[in-house]
Amino acid sequence: MAMELDVFVGNTTIMDEDVYLLWLDGYTVSDAVSMRMKSGILEQCGASQDVLESDTMDHYRTFQMTERLLHNPSKLVNQLLFQIPPHRQNMLIERWGGGAAIVKITVQKCYKILNPFSPSLAPSLPPSLALTGRYYAFDEAFVREVLGKKLSKGTKKDLDDVSAKTGITLKSCRRQFDNFKRVFKVVEEMKGPLVENIHQNFLLSDRLARDYAAIVFFANSRFETGKKKLQYLTFEDFAFCAEQLIQNWTLGAVDSMVEDMDVDLDKEFLQDLKDLKVLITDKDMMDQHKSLVCTALRGKLQVFSEMEGSFKNLSRGLVNIAGKLMNNKDVRDLFIDLVEKFIEPCKSDKWSLNDVRLFLTQHTNSVRALDAFKHQAVWERYMRVIQSCILKMYHD
Amino acid sequence: MPGKLKVRIVAGRHLPVMDRASDLTDAFVEVKFGNTTFKTDVFPKSLNPQWNSEWFKFEVDDEDLQDEPLQITVLDHDTYSANDAIGKVYIDIDPLLSSEAATVISGWFPIYDTIHGIRGEINVVVKVDLFNDLNRFRQSSCGVKFFCTTSIPKCYKVVTVHGFVEELVVNEDPEYQWIDRIRTPRASNEARQRLISLMSGELQRKIGLKVLEMGGNAVVGYLQCFDLEGESGLVVRAIGTACTLDKLSNPSAALLPACNSPSKEIKEVPFSEDPNPNTHSSGPSTPLKNQTYSFSPSKSYSRQSSSSDTDLSLTPKTGMGSGGSAGKEGGPLKTLLRQQTQTALEQRGGSPRMFRRREFPFFTLTCFPPGFLVHVGGVVSARSVKLLDRIHNPAFVGIMGNTRSYKLLDWNSFSADEPETRDAWWEEIRQEIKSHAKALGCHAVIGYSESTSICEEVCILSASGTAAVLNPKFLQDGSLDGCSEHRLSRQPTYFSTGSEKGEFDFLPLSKDSSSVLGLEEPSPPSCGFCHIPYDELNMPFPAHLTYCYNCRKQKVPDVLFTTVDLPVEAAVTGKGCLIQARLCRLKKKAQGEANATAISNLLPFMEYELHTQLMNKLKLRGMNALFGLRIQISVGENMLVGLASATGVYLTALPTPGGIQIAGKTSSDITYEQHISNMQKKINDTIAKNKELYEITPPKLFALDPEVSTFKGQNTEMSEEIIGSPIPEPRQRSRIFRSHSESSDEISELDLSHGKKDAFVLEIDDADAVEDIHSLLTDAPLPAGFYSCNTEIMPGIYNWTTGLQMFTSVRVFRLNNVNLTNQGLNKIFNDLCENLLKSLYFKLRSMIPCCLCHVNFTVAVPEDELIQVAVTAVAMTFDKDQAQESWKASVDKALMKVIAENEEQLQFPLELCSDSPGAQPFSPRKGTVSLGLQESVSTQAIPEAQRAASVEYSSFANRCNSWIELVKVKALTIRRGSIKTTSSLEKASPQALGHARVRSTTAYTGSTITVVKMTPLSFIPGAKIVKYVGIINMFFIRETTSLREEGGVSGFLHAFIAEVFAMVRAHVAALGGNAVVSYIMKECVFMENPNKNQAQCLINVSGDAVIFVRESELEAIPVQPQTTSSQASNGGADVTT
Repeated sequence: MAMELDVFVGNTTIMDEDVYLLWLDGYTVSDAVSMRMKSGILEQCGASQDVLESDTMDHYRTFQMTERLLHNPSKLVNQLLFQIPPHRQNMLIERWGGGAAIVKITVQKCYKILNPFSPSLAPSLPPSLALTGRYYAFDEAFVREVLGKKLSKGTKKDLDDVSAKTGITLKSCRRQFDNFKRVFKVVEEMKGPLVENIHQNFLLSDRLARDYAAIVFFANSRFETGKKKLQYLTFEDFAFCAEQLIQNWTLGAVDSMVEDMDVDLDKEFLQDLKDLKVLITDKDMMDQHKSLVCTALRGKLQVFSEMEGSFKNLSRGLVNIAGKLMNNKDVRDLFIDLVEKFIEPCKSDKWSLNDVRLFLTQHTNSVRALDAFKHQAVWERYMRVIQSCILKMYHD
Repeated sequence: MPGKLKVRIVAGRHLPVMDRASDLTDAFVEVKFGNTTFKTDVFPKSLNPQWNSEWFKFEVDDEDLQDEPLQITVLDHDTYSANDAIGKVYIDIDPLLSSEAATVISGWFPIYDTIHGIRGEINVVVKVDLFNDLNRFRQSSCGVKFFCTTSIPKCYKVVTVHGFVEELVVNEDPEYQWIDRIRTPRASNEARQRLISLMSGELQRKIGLKVLEMGGNAVVGYLQCFDLEGESGLVVRAIGTACTLDKLSNPSAALLPACNSPSKEIKEVPFSEDPNPNTHSSGPSTPLKNQTYSFSPSKSYSRQSSSSDTDLSLTPKTGMGSGGSAGKEGGPLKTLLRQQTQTALEQRGGSPRMFRRREFPFFTLTCFPPGFLVHVGGVVSARSVKLLDRIHNPAFVGIMGNTRSYKLLDWNSFSADEPETRDAWWEEIRQEIKSHAKALGCHAVIGYSESTSICEEVCILSASGTAAVLNPKFLQDGSLDGCSEHRLSRQPTYFSTGSEKGEFDFLPLSKDSSSVLGLEEPSPPSCGFCHIPYDELNMPFPAHLTYCYNCRKQKVPDVLFTTVDLPVEAAVTGKGCLIQARLCRLKKKAQGEANATAISNLLPFMEYELHTQLMNKLKLRGMNALFGLRIQISVGENMLVGLASATGVYLTALPTPGGIQIAGKTSSDITYEQHISNMQKKINDTIAKNKELYEITPPKLFALDPEVSTFKGQNTEMSEEIIGSPIPEPRQRSRIFRSHSESSDEISELDLSHGKKDAFVLEIDDADAVEDIHSLLTDAPLPAGFYSCNTEIMPGIYNWTTGLQMFTSVRVFRLNNVNLTNQGLNKIFNDLCENLLKSLYFKLRSMIPCCLCHVNFTVAVPEDELIQVAVTAVAMTFDKDQAQESWKASVDKALMKVIAENEEQLQFPLELCSDSPGAQPFSPRKGTVSLGLQESVSTQAIPEAQRAASVEYSSFANRCNSWIELVKVKALTIRRGSIKTTSSLEKASPQALGHARVRSTTAYTGSTITVVKMTPLSFIPGAKIVKYVGIINMFFIRETTSLREEGGVSGFLHAFIAEVFAMVRAHVAALGGNAVVSYIMKECVFMENPNKNQAQCLINVSGDAVIFVRESELEAIPVQPQTTSSQASNGGADVTT
């Protein structure tokens, strides 16, 4: 005796947020059922386990059918198969957000989540966006493993290691990886701003689109993020840096209508960076630079003497990084270089964040007073990024 | 040649990749109507082609316009091999043929393939230029509006209700043609889809013709069904109620049906008395064998019947009551008929037989305009078991070899016998229903429906309805016959005045009208329909009567069963609830006649038990009436499955139901008695709990203690398990059963068996009974916040908010255990249904507080060991806190107003009483019925010869019927103010909530897709339907040969149902609509062969596409209501009309 067939189809597609998350996290139906049972939903609704099983199956089927559409979210907006009208979605979002705290708490208890929306942002989103957003959301732990790696088959094969390391199901890892890759492929060669393209093509929220832009950017330039020294950095740190790089160092920063404009760095600019070497090779200029900085910072810096002592080293470090950036290999090491050449020395001297900020600002600005230095524009374009990246990365 | 169809193919999107090499598609489109085909250019290498074609123009007959669907095929161009079909879209252009429906069909349609499902979408624009055709001999019926809604559509007023229309068409099933062996499944499915589309077009056209002949302009309560008879063919049949509707220019006028000048209506009011219900027996009836009785060969009947068609114009049919159903002949004949009618009217009493053509006073409506429904008699039903024999007639065989021409061959040309045969079957059943109604003193049957269940070559035909007395004001042309006169004349107390007047004053009587309809004392609308329509002294069945608990003036039965919706004005105490009786019976596998006999033998027992269950569950909930009763009995190879659903309510006018008392064996065993008393306690507790749950607190005045009083509250329920004394006076079940089965001879005994005791006794004398009680008590209680009913709206809930979720759920259960007992089977089936309901409650928990309305269960036994249950219903949210009092008050006010108006308007135009009471013999007759009380069996069980002979039989059957079937019932209903109350109900819905929702709706701007609501109800809470844009009637087949890959049977069916919804929504949106009301899934036939990794499913759905406007928006922007943001482009212009 067995239930041969059991389906429920609503004219308005019912999508349970909890089950959706479980599905996204790659749990099997039976795992999902037991997790839902632990959440106490049965007691709340007076239902039995088979009811929950049947409900979970229905949802999983629905999600599987939706997945095809989620791969191309612009289709989702005008597809006809599922009717996901606003009030329903709003209700879901309300439950998700502040509304029903119980749900949220139980969810968090049972499995970790990464909510791509701040609750305040969510209700304004059209339904499909919320759905997509959830689908394209990724786990912090996962993205840190993959960030900057080539989105290739080889990497995909290694996902079981990632899964083992992060505790995220392999299924979920694959979905997240495929999402990265799908987005990458679509926007890679597109004209126009990267974030905007992602937003348009995948209907992601602004925040999530920025994150994806960072992922695409890192994947394209293959920045090294996995070294031990970089482990303390969060995805958010990198995402911030990526944004700075995109805004200042790419082709798009100068010309907004070229291909790959936001993905590839501006080669000419990288070439020009070699010219900054004069700042450290010309001894007079370096001394003048140092005295300008020291004068300005005297009494303002808690670590003034340390700064004075390490000025040349730090300055040399910063300019050397610039000088190497024309080689792809060294571009990849940008972050590791920043940590090794600047952040670690400062940390060992116990610079505070404020000290770093003051120093970098002064260091950058003082160059204007160097009459012999002819590359002000390049210098400022370079230091704008370096400064904000270092400040972002300067934490424990 | 009156029509030009214009089609433009605009674009496609999301097409599938057809060329693996390029990952693209070279798509083009074929547009086909009739046998004309146009093609677009190929749009190379794109998944989102922009064809922007010219207008393709088809010049066609309006007959074809009605029959043919527009067929759009999207193909992938291939230079070297055959072009691959991507999929098709069938568009029914019927809505464009009525001036009041849609004017253009324009939108994105899913491209559907029977193997792959939906594959992209195509944007199409369709228009029709129709030239007026005044030819009276035309075969088309363009312009007749069709509504699935079983009440008067919201933005129309009814001028006249003409009555019952029916038609059926038969063809061979392409699936069973020889060619099916060599063609692909896709080709076969498409042939089937197309054929059914053609047949339903033809059917609709023919029904339309009948309506035009009757002088109507619309069909309401249109119900079209398919019988897949397998080898013996495919039957498409439809029934409906012909009406003349007027569009309301101002929606607010919809609140009251306008009353036309009385004289006009009265002119054609029927006065002829149908001489005898059994006249049909003059023609040899059943052409096919059933059970052990042999019938005369089919041919003779059909020939006779068809010849009568041709005769008709010259000689009005005399003795032939049957003849194929009204109006098979051409228009002119009808015209002639009507003229004769009028002459006859003038002559007063001349040739009454002329009007028997419209002999079935049936109405498929379940909800009536105020003043229409006068009395409700009770449920009448009939079932008949037939053997589907292929008719090997040379013409029929001949066409097997023929190539299929594009157009459906007219059945007249080759298989004339078939429809005649089926017609005759239904004819028989309808006659029986009619006579049952008569026995209840009613002249009409409302809430009428027909259904079939087919297993191999056995077919159970069922029909049921509610006997009623209607106000003839709205009726015309003989849809009523003279039955009411009996009643009137036999009820001197109340009706004598009326009848006398009626007899003499045939012409407008507005002066006396109030006295006529209201008779001496108008019954209050809140209880009027409960008053018995039959003669108290000469009851058709031994019911137990009390004085009405509401008005205290007239008699009411103690329990009332009906198939219609609860009249809005009815006084109800507390809330209602869904009540189901479920039953399985094993049956030996058998073939042919033996099988049919076995089934017929089982049917009466099943009906009996279903009624027993219903009655017990009703009492257990402390309620006294059932509305929307629907009993389905499905037949399988080795079992019969019965499912009865209804909505129980406590009618204030009826007596408080007695409790249920358990009686043990005459045993002195102490523990046993203990056990009994425990059970008794449980039952009493349950009743008390239920009363609390459903807020049943009868007004003190009349709420006599059930134990003591309902004096004579015992209603003679035949179907009660044990009738009789509250005191455990051991009466053997077996004995009762025996008396039932022995039937007629024991009538008198049965009559007497009901004591004047109130409580209902369940006797526990065997395991069965224990089981029964168990199942009674194991019905899971509704979770808090949920209510459910199978009627349009939940009695006792009035403050609907706008939350709406229509859904379909299907479950198939496999019985692996071969040695099942009836009990085991019952339990499984019961659990299946209960678990399904529980799942629904769980799924919809986010909508609490909400009510599942129009819960429609269908059961089937698709294979040996499979039971399939499908449910379609709608969950609607309501506001719990909203004070009901204010609503009630407003309704009452509205009611009073309506009543007052009605009193002035109602006429009593019937010519009364050409028949004497004696003509309806109520004395028991002996010996004619083999299974006595079970009407279903009795019908077909009666040898034809006998039947022909007996007037007595029919009246006897009536009695049996009424006993069992409905059993106690009665009523006098004046359905007043229904529309008014409905609207005030909508207004009463909480604005605050509505606003909140609406705001969020409009915030949704991301998509160009119209949100289309679907509901099985005829209205949308919190909204006003401003326009009906056309009927939706769609049939889809889906097949797969990769079942596992598609997620198994569940994945397959889930996807298919979602696709069906999507296609319905797309069609509605293209018509400019934003909702489907009266949506129904009439068929869901699922077949699988997991071993071959294959499955196939057929789904047939229908409904009315409408444009609705939120009430809040109406108020805000009265001039230009905005439905939804995306709606504006399509329907916006229409909204204001």
